Amino acid sequence: MEKIEAKDVNFYYGSFHALKGISMEIPQNKVVAFIGPSGCGKSTFLRLFNRMNDLIPGARLEGEICIDGKNIYAPGIQVDELRKEVGMVFQRPNPFPKSIFDNVAYGLRVNGIKDKSFIAHRVEEALRGAALWEEVKDKLNASAYALSGGQQQRLCIARAMAVSPSVLLMDEPASALDPISTAKVEELICELRNEVTIVIVTHNMQQASRVSDKTAFFYMGEMVEYDDTKVIFTNPHKEATQNYITGRFG
Amino acid sequence: MKKFLEKAVKWLLTASGFVTSVVILLIIGFLFTEGAGLFREPVVEEGYVLALNRENPVSTLTAAEIKAVFDEDVTNWKDLGGDDMEIVPFRLEDADKYFTQEQLGAQYEHAGAAIASLVASTPGMIAFVPGSMVPEGADLNLIEDKNISAGEVFGGKEWFPTATPAPLFGILPLLAGTLWVSLFAILFALPFGISIAVYMSEVASPKVRNFLKPVIELLNGIPSVVYGFFGLIIIVPLLQQVFGLPVGESGLAGSIVLAIMALPTIVTVAEDAMRNCPRTLREASLALGATKWQTIYKVVIPSSMSGIASGVVLGIGRAVGETMAVLMVTGNAAVIPTSILEPLRTIPATIAAELGEAPAGGAHYQSLFLLGVILFFITFFINMCVEFISSRGRAKNS
Repeated sequence: MEKIEAKDVNFYYGSFHALKGISMEIPQNKVVAFIGPSGCGKSTFLRLFNRMNDLIPGARLEGEICIDGKNIYAPGIQVDELRKEVGMVFQRPNPFPKSIFDNVAYGLRVNGIKDKSFIAHRVEEALRGAALWEEVKDKLNASAYALSGGQQQRLCIARAMAVSPSVLLMDEPASALDPISTAKVEELICELRNEVTIVIVTHNMQQASRVSDKTAFFYMGEMVEYDDTKVIFTNPHKEATQNYITGRFG
Repeated sequence: MKKFLEKAVKWLLTASGFVTSVVILLIIGFLFTEGAGLFREPVVEEGYVLALNRENPVSTLTAAEIKAVFDEDVTNWKDLGGDDMEIVPFRLEDADKYFTQEQLGAQYEHAGAAIASLVASTPGMIAFVPGSMVPEGADLNLIEDKNISAGEVFGGKEWFPTATPAPLFGILPLLAGTLWVSLFAILFALPFGISIAVYMSEVASPKVRNFLKPVIELLNGIPSVVYGFFGLIIIVPLLQQVFGLPVGESGLAGSIVLAIMALPTIVTVAEDAMRNCPRTLREASLALGATKWQTIYKVVIPSSMSGIASGVVLGIGRAVGETMAVLMVTGNAAVIPTSILEPLRTIPATIAAELGEAPAGGAHYQSLFLLGVILFFITFFINMCVEFISSRGRAKNS
């Protein structure tokens, strides 16, 4: 079953044509990786799924993006409701200047949940889900900034998962982390796929091949190829894909 | 040649930095020595004595007691620890009431002896006369002359620097006036300042912001006397009508003018702090399904709290030190205010208003310098607060 469906998407930053006629389908509970050189539009495309690009003045979208069959750009769609469904983890860990507990509880609280025991329960669940619980359970009231970079990023994943989204967008989630933290985040992605559909943007092709079920290669605002990860990395159909994954450019 | 030039520039910069620092230190040192001089001044006006009848057991009086005696607020010696008898104050001007011109002499040459015998024969009399007029070995009880004490100055509730025989330098009314006006100024400026800052940084379109920001910063450039004038012409009569006051010049008028003056500082600093709130934090909040307003009050404002607090404290600093505008609209009554609708007087306004009439080197003059020292400590404390708050903010965000 298709979780996300993009139909002939064109996206402009002012007069700059950033995404050119992209159509793709992302199946439920799979991990899909977007790869491509810098500036190819993969992050822009990712940020369309939770309407994060709405914040950019002068940005314009043509085409349709449907999640669970509903066009998320249709008039009358509540953007904050959509973003509850579609969580996001950013390139750099960006915890709030609050305690660890408050960071994870933030999403629940802004969504109007007041039940303290439910919040505590969800926070623990989310931190366990992000494999962080054992490390922070004794210092939930400490500032999130006291954690290491890798821990902060897992905290951000826990924060995103606490509101129980059905899609998780990850914009180069491991690019600011050391190899050990990266391995932990990747492990986490593999576990989370049971609960959510994951779309991950990455510069690291090994990472894409390790964690994803399907991979899309973007180049100059176009989606060059989209197929099973195995096919993309062993037997790509397009020459550009072949050149990129073998490191001839990019 | 180039090397020589560089050396010259280096020495020039060093010298200018050094000279400036030394000048600032000298100014502070001057302020302190002049201010401390107040405590070496006698309570009774220099060169004068207070003479009592020999029988009177009272030997010391505080400045406040002396003033009460001569204002005839206290009329019996038993209130001052003496015997039950009426106080008869005597000033030099009263000499004509007791003596004829011949008795005093054409040049007042017999006045000393005449007054001495008058005091000696009137049990309840207290005479305020020049020390040089009291004859040697006269049978009189002279009030022990002490120096002005710190307790009288810092704990005194009355400011009468020109009272005779004993001026009162209680700074409490001035201190209270300053803090009172500043407090209300901040209470007015804070909600407006923060709202404007939030509006400019989060709500306004770039076009509106680019127009509004220079306008608000322009407010900083208006001379304070213009604000004072505006307050005097508009705010004072308005308050008089609205609250039905006998006079419109009041603490409230001063607070409003100060609030307007502190606004640009608060707005500029707070707005900068909010705009510097990292975009990634806003995005993180929005991506969790928070609305724009939830993001503003749950993430943007808390994370820029140190910047906002710095702006507020800087605004207070401006309010505390402001002179001209406050002088013009607060009515300048040196009494401890009980409500904001009363006239009151601040420390800077006192210095500005009184320095011109205080004889250089006298107690009054030195007391004004002492006020300057106090003001210096208040603003110094405020600056320390700003430093502390912003350094804590930096530590938190790193």
